[in-house]
Amino acid sequence: MGLEIYTSKVYEAVKWAQKFSLFQYPFVTACCGMEFMSSAAPKYDLARFGAEFPRFSPRQADLLVVVGTITERQAPALRRIYEQMVEPKWVMAFGVCASTGGFYQNYSTVPGCDQIIPVDVYIPGCPPRPEQVLDGLYLLQQRIQAGEGHNQIILKAEKGYDVPLAAIRPLPPRPSETVETAGGKLLDTGKTT
Amino acid sequence: MAKIILERLAAAFTGGEIEQIGTQHGNEWARVRRADWKRVAQFLRDDPTTLMDFASDLTAVDRLTHEPRFDVVLHLYSTVKKHRVRLYGGVPEGECAIDSIVDVWPGMNWFEREAYDLYGVRFTGHPDLRRILMYPEFVGHPLRKDYPKEKRQPLVRRSGLPGTLE
Repeated sequence: MGLEIYTSKVYEAVKWAQKFSLFQYPFVTACCGMEFMSSAAPKYDLARFGAEFPRFSPRQADLLVVVGTITERQAPALRRIYEQMVEPKWVMAFGVCASTGGFYQNYSTVPGCDQIIPVDVYIPGCPPRPEQVLDGLYLLQQRIQAGEGHNQIILKAEKGYDVPLAAIRPLPPRPSETVETAGGKLLDTGKTT
Repeated sequence: MAKIILERLAAAFTGGEIEQIGTQHGNEWARVRRADWKRVAQFLRDDPTTLMDFASDLTAVDRLTHEPRFDVVLHLYSTVKKHRVRLYGGVPEGECAIDSIVDVWPGMNWFEREAYDLYGVRFTGHPDLRRILMYPEFVGHPLRKDYPKEKRQPLVRRSGLPGTLE
C-alpha cells in the first residue's frame, strides 16, 4: 500500500513537471504566426509559463501548436508531423482557422485541424490576442495536471500509465544492497543506506 | 492614354484578328481571336511603338452562360513606354485550349499553370502543364462556376470522427 501512495505522488510530480516544460512545435502556416511571435516574444512571454523553446523538429516537441489555415494539400504533412512526435503529446489549435476553418468555407480548406489530428485546446480569434493564447496555455496546463490530455487518456487506456515509464519504474537493486542466495538469484535486501 | 496601342493593333492586324476593342476607366482592352493569340502577343512585345516587355498577369474568367464560356485575360505593361493594355482571348468549353505564350514571356509559365489548374483551360505548347495549387489527386477545376464551392476532396481524415463511420 505504501508503494501505491508513493507512485501516485510521482505521477502528480511528473505531470507538474510536464506542464511547466512544454516543448512546442509551431506549425505556422498563416497570419496567426505574427500573433504567435508576439505571444512568444518578451512582451507577453510564453516562457513565463514554461513553454520556453520552440523546437523545429517534431521528435523533440511535445506540444504541437497548429497556427493558421490548414489546406487539404497540407493535411498529410500535418498528420505526419503529429505522428512523429513522442508521447505523451498535446495539440493546440491556434486561431479560428486551425480550429474550424474560419471563414474559408470552400473546397481547399480543412474545416478545422481536428479533422486530421486530435486537439486538446482550441483558441478562438482571428488572430487571437496574446492574452487568449496565455489563457489557452493555462487551460492546457490544467488538463495536463488532471491527466485529461487526449494522448494521456489514450496511454492510460492502452498501457495503464500516462507518464514516462522511467519516472514510475522501480530502480533495479544496487549491487551493494543485494545478497546472493543459494539458488544463484539476486534479491533485494530492502536496506536503504 | 494608351490609345496608340489600339491604333497599332488596328493598323497591323486587318484580317479579323482583333475582334473588339474598348476603353474602360482609362484602360484600353482588345479582344483577340483565339487562333492569333500568340501572334498578337508577340507583336505587342516586339513592336517598337508598343514594346510591352512586361506581362504582369494572366488569368481566366468563367462566364458560364456566355459563349465562348471562358476568357483568358492577359495584362501587359511596358516598362519603357509606361503604358498598359489588357487582352482577352475567348475559349469555348468544347475545345478548351489556347496557345501558350511562355515562349514570348517566360514568366507566364506558372500563370498558365494556375489558369489550367483552376479553370481547366489548356495551353498548347506549354512546357510543363501541371496543376500548381491543387494536388494531383484533385478531380475537376475548382474555380469553374459549376464546381460546388464546398466540395472538398480530402487526402486524409481521422477515423472515428463524430458522425462518420470508422
